Amino acid sequence: MFVLALVSVAALWELYKLIGPQDGGKLFGLTILPRANDIAMPHVWEMLSRYARPERRGASGSILLVVLGGAWFSLRLAFTGFVLGTLTGIGLAVLMARYRVVERGLLPYLVISQTVPLIALAPLVVSWGGKLHIGGFEWPRWLSAAVLGAFLAFFPVAVGTLKGLTSAPGPASLELMDSYAASWRHTLFKLRFPAAVPFMIPALKLAATASVIGVVVAEISTGLAGGVGRLIIEYAREATSDPAKVFTAVFAAAALGLVMAGLVALIDLAAMRNRPPRELLG
Amino acid sequence: MSEAAVEVRGMTKTFNAGRPGSVDALVDIDLTIRPGEFVSLIGPSGCGKSTQLRLIANLLEPTTGEVLVNGKSARQARLDQDYGMAFQQAGLFEWRNVAKNVELPLELKGWDKQRRRRRALEMLELVKLPEFADHLPWQLSGGMQQRVAIARALAAHPPLLLMDEPFGALDEMTREHMQSELLRVCGETETTVVFVTHSIPEAVFLSTRVVVMSPRPGRITTVVPVDLGARRGVDTREDPAFFIKVTEVREALRGMPVTDLDEPVREP
Repeated sequence: MFVLALVSVAALWELYKLIGPQDGGKLFGLTILPRANDIAMPHVWEMLSRYARPERRGASGSILLVVLGGAWFSLRLAFTGFVLGTLTGIGLAVLMARYRVVERGLLPYLVISQTVPLIALAPLVVSWGGKLHIGGFEWPRWLSAAVLGAFLAFFPVAVGTLKGLTSAPGPASLELMDSYAASWRHTLFKLRFPAAVPFMIPALKLAATASVIGVVVAEISTGLAGGVGRLIIEYAREATSDPAKVFTAVFAAAALGLVMAGLVALIDLAAMRNRPPRELLG
Repeated sequence: MSEAAVEVRGMTKTFNAGRPGSVDALVDIDLTIRPGEFVSLIGPSGCGKSTQLRLIANLLEPTTGEVLVNGKSARQARLDQDYGMAFQQAGLFEWRNVAKNVELPLELKGWDKQRRRRRALEMLELVKLPEFADHLPWQLSGGMQQRVAIARALAAHPPLLLMDEPFGALDEMTREHMQSELLRVCGETETTVVFVTHSIPEAVFLSTRVVVMSPRPGRITTVVPVDLGARRGVDTREDPAFFIKVTEVREALRGMPVTDLDEPVREP
């Protein structure tokens, strides 16, 4: 299915190149259709074959290795961001589930936090981080990018987990725990969390892809070198001379999202192995 | 004094007390249940029978009056896990296998793993499901799930079992079978039972006393003693003595206004 979808996208791309206007569709002087020429839209096979050639003339090894290296760098950042964001999100959700007053006070700010443009926030995080000196701890630049990934990732986790913790366990199950005089902590770990898992999995999927976006954007706006975000901005500058180049990095960023989503799929499999099969539900 | 398994004195429960739309769920409830008794609470919807069970369980606090369980306050009894509880929905945790579900109350009591497992297997033996210990709840039929719920409720060997229409969602055949099984299990474990139902034959078959309640406000109207002997079985349901008691309970329920107070009528 996945391969089929990929082929379809490639076919659509080529189809548009075939019939689309070379210099873009213009309406009242405004370009509303993308240009179909080779600089704006290189052929699919050119993008793929670009992987085999070196990054720049005279460089040894193919660009594939460079892009893979960048992807690995960004993946580690995204993973760090994902873990930080997930832990933060779950922590906030537990606090909000425990104290109604925290939920009412905090939730609106969490929503607002997501409307702050990441590009504006990125330099701030870097400068705050640079001023932090806790003991011998020196804030590395890459950590800023991971934190920005976490900043996008924590939100769906917080909201999804909160929903799961509060509404997934039925009133009968809560009454049962009450009848055992179970503490809030026991109810949290033996009932609320396991019951919330089906709500948390989709939230983690969103968080996984959000952490990739956060890291790529953060690399671009903080100028952090080494990752796939930086490659995208570098290669984009060469778009006129080497139009296929930037796509090698763009695809790598997309693949990162897939790897992270695959990671969550594994978590899903492990966490839901005891649950009733889906066809029995609903 | 402390001989009673459950002692309810002058208990009243008003929801939304002192506010507009307050509902008198129960008024002037007095009830003493001796150890080893099987007492059913029966009445039309809205008579407060489930509320009364929850007051005994201390899941709700009475507005006035007091509830003692084994001579302790209901709250202390709950903290001490002096009772087990079963609901209409078996309410098994779907992420735990059958044995782990039975172990839940023991975990909360802080029992160690081996002791828990041993007791869980004993309990599954008692409800005749020993081979299902490692099954998951969704792999069991409704009746089997309810048996697991009973095993869970009795796992810590509480002297008192509180049941809220536990067989309400089962089909008639399963239901009759479960009733016999419940009597056997409670007989073997010498457990006192308070049982909420809206089925007259079920109440008569199971109980040593049937407490008949009326709605709006909920109160006890009649208490029907039943003595069908300890060895009740399939034949009991065709025994004339059984029918006499069924008629007696039905008469006691007759003439009650049939209202549905689950959604209280708002008065101006």
